[in-house]
Amino acid sequence: MREVIFSREYLQRRSFIELSARDRAESLFDSGTGRELAGPFDRIESPWLAMQGVTPQADDGCIVMRGTIAGQRAVVIAFNGAFQGGGIGEVSGAKLTTALDLACRDSENGQPTSAVLLLETGGVRLQEANLGLAAVAEIISSIIALRRYAPVISVIAGPVGCFGGMSLTAGVSSYIVMTPEGRLGLNGPEVIEEESGVEEFDASDRALTWSIYGGQQRYNQGLVDILVDDDIDQVIKTVQELITKGVPPRNRSEQVDVYRSHIAALDPSTKWNPADVSWSAASLARPIGRNQEVASNEEEHNQ
Amino acid sequence: MSKPTGIRGRVWFKALTDQEKPMPGDPPSVLVADAPVGNENARLLCVVPDPNSRFPCASHGEVGLEQAYTLATRIREIIKADTTGSAGNEIKKRPFIAIVDVKSQAYGRREEIAGIHLAAAAAADAYATARFAGHPVITLIVGQAISGGFLTHGYQANRLLAFADDDVLIHAMHKEPAARITRRTVAQLESLAKTVTPLSYDVRDYAKLGLLYKLLPVSNPETPSADEISLVRNAIAEAIADARIGPTDLRNRFESEAAQTARKATRLIRARLEEEWNQ
Repeated sequence: MREVIFSREYLQRRSFIELSARDRAESLFDSGTGRELAGPFDRIESPWLAMQGVTPQADDGCIVMRGTIAGQRAVVIAFNGAFQGGGIGEVSGAKLTTALDLACRDSENGQPTSAVLLLETGGVRLQEANLGLAAVAEIISSIIALRRYAPVISVIAGPVGCFGGMSLTAGVSSYIVMTPEGRLGLNGPEVIEEESGVEEFDASDRALTWSIYGGQQRYNQGLVDILVDDDIDQVIKTVQELITKGVPPRNRSEQVDVYRSHIAALDPSTKWNPADVSWSAASLARPIGRNQEVASNEEEHNQ
Repeated sequence: MSKPTGIRGRVWFKALTDQEKPMPGDPPSVLVADAPVGNENARLLCVVPDPNSRFPCASHGEVGLEQAYTLATRIREIIKADTTGSAGNEIKKRPFIAIVDVKSQAYGRREEIAGIHLAAAAAADAYATARFAGHPVITLIVGQAISGGFLTHGYQANRLLAFADDDVLIHAMHKEPAARITRRTVAQLESLAKTVTPLSYDVRDYAKLGLLYKLLPVSNPETPSADEISLVRNAIAEAIADARIGPTDLRNRFESEAAQTARKATRLIRARLEEEWNQ
């Protein structure tokens, strides 16, 4: 392991996760082309937070930038996971929806404009509850409209991950890119423990959490398109390649028959080892969740 | 507190379709039927509780893996059937009616392992794809419409209808966990909700956000009268007709009269981004 850890390649990496949301967005554009829209100096803040004694932020934790990536028109929308857990409020939600709609309008008029979503979000911001939920519905709709013309790429890089309603947003994207540090799921471990009890999910078990939601697992399962290291150059290169590749022949969330039959083949009466629930070509040959003994042994081993 | 979910879903599915059984091969928790509404033949979809659900976390009327993929399948088969024929003649796109009484998405470990986020995305995708293809998609909220359950089943509709009833609950999260997570008491949350409209659990406040097409006066949602059923049928028919002449995206939700007041910030962001987009 030591050779791997201290390799030149590793030492030369620059972390993508550690960049601010604004710098992450800017890093993706062809040099000097990224231009922020409705930025912090526009001062369009959440109208709902101050009413509740919560300090708003001048960009509402969401950065929209326009420019070119690999020479193609693109818009990047980045969430700041440090502000309200990256939660979607009225303003941040409207920023994302509008950016997608404008990209769609240009695409329809013969100027394809891709969208890259840098998702660091726990989902709906509960202080703006119903307007956050409504915003997520609108975001999903706008992604589905745009992805017909240009790729919509969701990047889930940091440990805040992508949860709640925003996991549907990732789900309807043309492509999902993750790092091993990223997490993706509808309900986070704490929510499941709260709603269904500690027997259902022990949220303090970090190994279990990453074995289910982690980028490596989601990639192994075939639920994510590309796994990258937390490295700026790798993320840039991957986004450029996907934009160049264009719209996929079929989006993952359109492949209903495939995934419905996967679910039908699962046996929910047994305890599952997450690593066994995989639909990549290599693992499809194996039965899933049928051998409880093996599954629980492996689980102990993981801990 | 609110009543258990599922009763209303079944009642209204039966009232509007005169059927109560799932389609062959579907789980008992997803009711789908084709029935006339107004002068159109519509497909109605509803998620109901199934105490014997294969997935235990989806047995009380939650939207889980099987429910979401079944909805997506039943929507997509109509989209496919109603696609313009080879001769190029336009086929009239059938309307979809989502009857909504869902307490939430399924909160389970197995669900997460199996990627419930993709199942939910697939159902939302199917509804939105139907809408963009020109199918009127109408949602009738008869009980609860909570969080991921609502995003999966119903929130992609062109037109949203809801009963003006105290047990109709449209929200991002149930009151108790929402209070805990935002570090408030339920009483504090309730008091804030009086001035912060998006926090409110009252459907009459929800109507002020501009998202609803209409609030329907139904006083007995569990035992509706013939008059109430006919009122609801007419409202759905009207919503279908309105959806057919409107845009296929969701702009009506922030361009509505109520949204001019309630969603000022949304409208400001839209205007500003549009202004700066080509500068």
